[in-house]
Amino acid sequence: MKPSRLTACGEWVLDRFPLASLWKDHMTHYYAPRNFNFWYFFGSLALLVLVNQFITGILLTMNYKPDAKLAFDSVEYIMRDVSWGWLVRYMHSTGASAFFIVVYLHMFRGIMYGSFKQPRELIWIFGMLIFVALMAEAFMGYLLPWGQMSYWGAQVIISLFSAIPVIGDELSLWIRGDYVVSDATLNRFFAFHVIAVPLVLVMLVFMHIVALHEVGSNNPDGIDIKKLKDKNGIPLDGIPFHPYYTVKDLVGVGVFLIFFATVIFYMPEMGGYFLEHANFIPADPMKTPEHIAPVWYFTPFYAILRAIPDKFAGVIGMGGAIVVLFLLPWLDRNPVRSIRYRGGIYKKALALFVISFIALGYLGTQPATPVATNVARVFTVIYFGFFLLMPLYTRWEKTKPVPDRVTEELSFEEQIPALMETFEEITEITPEPVDDGQHHAFRSVFFSRRPNPEGMRNVATRLAKKLKESLD
Amino acid sequence: MKNLITLLLLLTLSFGAYASEGVELQEADVDLGDKTSLLRGAKHFVTYCLGCHSIKHVRYLRIALDTHADEKEVLKDIAPFGASIYDPMLSAMNKHDAERWFGTQPPDLSLIARVRGADWLYSYLKSYYSDTKRPFGVNNLVFEDTAMPNPLWQLQGEQHIETRKTIYGDQKELLLAKEGVLSEKEFDLMVNDLVTFLVYVGEPTQLDRQSMGKYVLIFLFLFLVLAYLLKKEYWKDIH
Repeated sequence: MKPSRLTACGEWVLDRFPLASLWKDHMTHYYAPRNFNFWYFFGSLALLVLVNQFITGILLTMNYKPDAKLAFDSVEYIMRDVSWGWLVRYMHSTGASAFFIVVYLHMFRGIMYGSFKQPRELIWIFGMLIFVALMAEAFMGYLLPWGQMSYWGAQVIISLFSAIPVIGDELSLWIRGDYVVSDATLNRFFAFHVIAVPLVLVMLVFMHIVALHEVGSNNPDGIDIKKLKDKNGIPLDGIPFHPYYTVKDLVGVGVFLIFFATVIFYMPEMGGYFLEHANFIPADPMKTPEHIAPVWYFTPFYAILRAIPDKFAGVIGMGGAIVVLFLLPWLDRNPVRSIRYRGGIYKKALALFVISFIALGYLGTQPATPVATNVARVFTVIYFGFFLLMPLYTRWEKTKPVPDRVTEELSFEEQIPALMETFEEITEITPEPVDDGQHHAFRSVFFSRRPNPEGMRNVATRLAKKLKESLD
Repeated sequence: MKNLITLLLLLTLSFGAYASEGVELQEADVDLGDKTSLLRGAKHFVTYCLGCHSIKHVRYLRIALDTHADEKEVLKDIAPFGASIYDPMLSAMNKHDAERWFGTQPPDLSLIARVRGADWLYSYLKSYYSDTKRPFGVNNLVFEDTAMPNPLWQLQGEQHIETRKTIYGDQKELLLAKEGVLSEKEFDLMVNDLVTFLVYVGEPTQLDRQSMGKYVLIFLFLFLVLAYLLKKEYWKDIH
């Protein structure tokens, strides 16, 4: 049979471009471990948010004016007069915060399951570079609305460079292009935000994925699935990324978009955390706001900066908090990857690290009172302690034996019966009320349940015991 | 470990003390669905505020469109004499005069509700009191030494400040010394209308946004159900 014109066209392309083999290598014949859990959604979600930022960002640049006299009003023009401009802008501003939420969770997954360990050190390094590029992107993007917080946040952060001995003042002048943050700064930040950094980001994301597909994905058990293969050379615990993980990630996308849309449509300011209240005042170089706080995703590092008394040492501390993450593959001396088979000391250290990161994040949003500063110091010490003491405590760790094959985990729907049981335990049925003519729906078994203190106590004790056991 | 948790708890609790500084704000009752309140607020704004403050990001036409009011009526009832329906709400006061009279240029109020919040605006407008030391004879409990005179003094009347000694320290209270044109309840309603209008101009799309949100969420839930069923179908042979 003679091939159709369409097939012939397809063949023509395939003879000249390896589309089919690319698809095969990276989707249908890329074998991912079968036991990915909740924590494995955030990589694909980060990609989704990146695409969202690109599309909405392009639409925003069509109406935004990178000019100190026009910038603020042009954003309000987008919010009010451009068709769907408000939606595009909120998608972009919420997307920025969503990006950091997703990326922080993605990084935490890596730390928890040892995804940065041999042979995935480069994936981690590329990932960290993405994180740094993302911070630069967010920081420069935040100047563009030209509100008070944009302006003074940039002023504070750029002035940090002047703390560097000898070259500091010249350097910060060179970055700003002026003696204060001004139109020159706005224009160059715009150029970086819309062209330079996005290009770097795309490149890094590409390399992150290429490196990942070279060595293969880690998994919640931290075992190497390539060790055990069937006769066709396919890992016994591996499944093709497409269609299995593409359809699974689609579920993650659905859940994520529900949260994302809820924020966009009902709480775009997120109580002043995603869009700060003071940023609705146009930038005024003559009026310094009483309390300058960066957006929430920078606050852990900002809290570290403020916790250290000396300005230059603070800058080193803040930079060090990020640099130390790069070194993680070499700080962790324990060959066991997943937290499931690691010793209690690492679990406790990780728990302390998470607490200190969240606490520093909170403290960074608050005014620096003496008490708050002292608390921030304690948490800064814990933050650095987690990393710098790691070569010691990971050596003392008593690990558990790692299985050869991936373990099965209960899926959410398999946990529903247990959850129902718990619900029944913590509540009790109240006696049937007298018929007061109310609608029957409100007299169902579900609604006639009341909290049962004894059951709640039992459940709480059980949970606490389980938590204590899991920390050993 | 236990000691550490206690320490953490103690420390977090001690922050609470720092959180509650300043004057306690009164709650505004903002309902943007109440179009008549919104239109009343617009009228009050033009009467009492537009003399000094602009809302440069909103045109009279937008108010008519968003409240489904008749354009001609908005022009007649709300817009100042001579304004066109396409005009933004600009004040006629010029910058030089403003600086000579008040020492500063009155800010544009397009976004004031997003900066301060409805409760702050509501409390601020109600918290003027007589203070002979100030250039306009008034001061404000919520925003001390404000440069703004009280534009609503005829309506509210004259308030005096009194300091009461309590075991918690000195507490400042405002008492109505001279009655105004409006009763206290009427005045509260009027200020509430004004604040409702300011909240609206802060983000005119917020009504659309919220009514649209539910359809988007319904769509996303349907998408989630389909995605979930698809996933279940594909994964049948894995588990």
